Amino acid sequence: MDEREVRDFITDIRAGRLSRRAFTRIMVGLGLTGPLAAQLLAAAGVAAQPKIDSFSPTRRGGGGQLKVLWWQAPTLLNPHFALGTKDQDGSRVFYEPLAAYDPEGNLFPVLAQEIPSLENGGVARDGKSVIWKLKRGVTWHDGKPFTVDDLIFNWEYAADPATAAVTITSYRDLERVEKLDSHTARLVFKNPTPFWFDAFCGARGMIIPKHLFDAYRGAKSREAPANLKPVGTGPYRFVDFKPGDIVRGEINPTYHVPNRPFFDQFEMKGGGDAASAARAVLQTGEYDFAWNLQVADDVLKRLEQGGRGHVDMAIGGAVEHIQLNNTDPWKEVDGERSSLKTTHPFLTEAPVRAALNLLVDRSAIHEEIYGRLGQATPNFLNGPARFRSPNMRWEFNVERANQILDGAGWRRGSDGVRAKDGRRLTLLYQTSINPERQKTQAIVKQACAKAGIEVELKSVVSSVYFSSDVGNPDTYTKFYADIQMYSTGPGAPDPQTFMSNFTTVEIVSKSNKWQGRNIARWRNEEYDRVWKMAESETDPVKRAAQFIRMNDMLIQHVVVIPIVWRNAVAGVSNRLKSTDISGWDSNLWRLAYWYRQS
Amino acid sequence: MATRGASEAVFAVSAAADATPSLWLEAGRRFRRHHLAMVGSVILISMVVAVLTGPLVWRQPINEIDFKAKLKGPSWSHPLGTDDLGQDLLARMLYGGRISLAVGIAAMLIAISIGTTIGATSGFVGGKLDNTLMRITDMFLSLPGLPLLLLIVYLFRDTLRKTLGPEAGIFILIVAVIGGLRWMPVARLVRAQFLSLREKEFVEAARSLGAPAFRQMFRHLLPNSMGPVLVAATIDVAAAIIAESTLSFLGLGFPPDIPTWGRILFDAKDNLDFAPHWAIFPGTAIFLTVLSINYIGDALRDALDPRKVLGR
Repeated sequence: MDEREVRDFITDIRAGRLSRRAFTRIMVGLGLTGPLAAQLLAAAGVAAQPKIDSFSPTRRGGGGQLKVLWWQAPTLLNPHFALGTKDQDGSRVFYEPLAAYDPEGNLFPVLAQEIPSLENGGVARDGKSVIWKLKRGVTWHDGKPFTVDDLIFNWEYAADPATAAVTITSYRDLERVEKLDSHTARLVFKNPTPFWFDAFCGARGMIIPKHLFDAYRGAKSREAPANLKPVGTGPYRFVDFKPGDIVRGEINPTYHVPNRPFFDQFEMKGGGDAASAARAVLQTGEYDFAWNLQVADDVLKRLEQGGRGHVDMAIGGAVEHIQLNNTDPWKEVDGERSSLKTTHPFLTEAPVRAALNLLVDRSAIHEEIYGRLGQATPNFLNGPARFRSPNMRWEFNVERANQILDGAGWRRGSDGVRAKDGRRLTLLYQTSINPERQKTQAIVKQACAKAGIEVELKSVVSSVYFSSDVGNPDTYTKFYADIQMYSTGPGAPDPQTFMSNFTTVEIVSKSNKWQGRNIARWRNEEYDRVWKMAESETDPVKRAAQFIRMNDMLIQHVVVIPIVWRNAVAGVSNRLKSTDISGWDSNLWRLAYWYRQS
Repeated sequence: MATRGASEAVFAVSAAADATPSLWLEAGRRFRRHHLAMVGSVILISMVVAVLTGPLVWRQPINEIDFKAKLKGPSWSHPLGTDDLGQDLLARMLYGGRISLAVGIAAMLIAISIGTTIGATSGFVGGKLDNTLMRITDMFLSLPGLPLLLLIVYLFRDTLRKTLGPEAGIFILIVAVIGGLRWMPVARLVRAQFLSLREKEFVEAARSLGAPAFRQMFRHLLPNSMGPVLVAATIDVAAAIIAESTLSFLGLGFPPDIPTWGRILFDAKDNLDFAPHWAIFPGTAIFLTVLSINYIGDALRDALDPRKVLGR
């Protein structure tokens, strides 16, 4: 089935000749998933059913205290400076975006009156502007009204390089934000922008009040008292914050959604590790909700038998994968290893890469380690579903790997390790310390040993491995190893930024202080070109095809070896309802709607 | 030994050689009277024998992954059960025990030799040298252990790894670092002993009879100050085994697939409620080793301390 046929179907649905359900059935029959079909329709402007909530409270509050556990605690509460999800989540209690991303990756209005679309005239046909209508009657916690001025301020604030906001990438491509009236704004982009729902949406789109931050623009941004004492529009008002420990809030009596929220107090406790967090929610029931349970599924299943809570999962785009170093990590050039001036002595050889791709037993890793928490995947780009390639396959086949290596002239030595031209086929395989990752390492190492590849394992404590400390040789961006493994994902329901992980401009090196996204240091002109095209392609179907092509290039060249497509995982008390976590947004995207069943 | 030293000094210096066997016989007799130490010795010796010869008898590989047998309790095919990858725990324990015990003993030897040398020199020579050495000891004591350890590991890990290979390189590094950071208490103990023994009559007697410095030191002072050192040594073995697990925990020790006892324990912690055997066996091994060594140290101190009178 090609692009044209899909388009015909969509036209049929618009005209009422074909039902949404029938379309979905056809797509599923073709091996695509339900959400993919739904998103194809959404992208083509065919509206989905609005979400219906079964619980309709008649009054605000009365729910007592809500206790949630974030085993990495927030360290600051300004969403524009959020380092990682923990800070975004801490901020999300108090601040809100115009729209959140629901579990299917659709937009859910929060501070917006409605979601802009081609149909309601909100999204311009040329993809260069979008009109947002703000919800009326929204006030900040201190009583000031929320208006378009706040929107304009957030854009100016985040886009100013002197502010050093981490959200700058979402705002710098906005040419201007126009005020049409006090509650209507037009966002004008520098280029046609298919991903117009980046600025002011989701975890990176939370809006801070102009009247409290106006005096702290640019270089003074870090001095604002409100960085630690947020005043937002959210369901809970700020009470207390101890960085790295606890965030407390109380009900916002003037919240803009009637009869919400349900709880009177909110407490977010930090510290501990994922396993103890899982225990506190699933087994002992001390807490109502726990974020990001990176724990083996077997352990979670046992804890669930306690009957107090369950594991809630959301499909996102995170993928646990192995990267192959294209440069030589063992040669120092100009004070830098893995320098772009070197090439890896054997990992740049296609047969070696192909063999490694065959030596990762994805089904064993999926079934024995990740279980319900993920699924084996041949693709690097797994979500949103419309961007997932149907073309790739994976295989675990030691015999074929052996044949490929034999054919490439790698002969086994007396110790069983292959060598060619005096160079032994031995790899350093690094990752962060995490029981699941160490088990995966062991499984890969064993398969490699059977194929005559010697693997040496290395594991680095997460706070070092994922840090941006330029002085540390063990960070994942330095990549002073032959192969490495970690998990990464798009974080928003659009893969543009995510797929820049392999563009030439994003290559990390000493010259950019290892601040870049292309850590595998792979260079490919065609890939760069397709990525550039997708950036301003406004036709959703063509753009999806471009991303699928990029994914297929990565897999065919074995730039990465995807292992498991991981879900977002949270622990939820059995009495806590309507949490409905999304793989595309903060776990707290629906916090205002959470309630406890008595 | 103090009385023996004194009498020997009075009667004949050359007769000392003849007295030695009976000293050790006496010590052996005293040692055997310490029942817990005897039990400890038996346990420790059997552990050492087990880790040395065990892998020759129990031929299961340490890293054979078998998901069908994962998290199984003790059985005939896996006497100590399996871990969550179905790897045989007995084989891993035997292999890991070699490393853990070797790290503990080697680090202890380093700490003791540096500590004794510095302490003895300081206490015997005195004066400026004493002052300098003790200030150096103070300096080392004030260094924050873990950050320094991390720094050294970062600086030298790759060089050693390249020259000696991942396992041997890390072994030498860990042993040197742990040993090199634990000699200070020993040095202080030895110095304090020397300072007090130096003024004792039997040493004065030896000195007045013209015993040269090294003879006073090795013949009279050192043997008499060994008691506290031995106790410190036993504690060091235990501390080194535990320090190695700390390093493994931080990812700076041996590669994650080398099953040292500390590493097995770390891997087991999330499954404690479900597969307790996985943690119990390495935990017991560490516990028994440390306890045995402590009792042995205790008994050795009693045995080598002639001032302590034991009933016959």
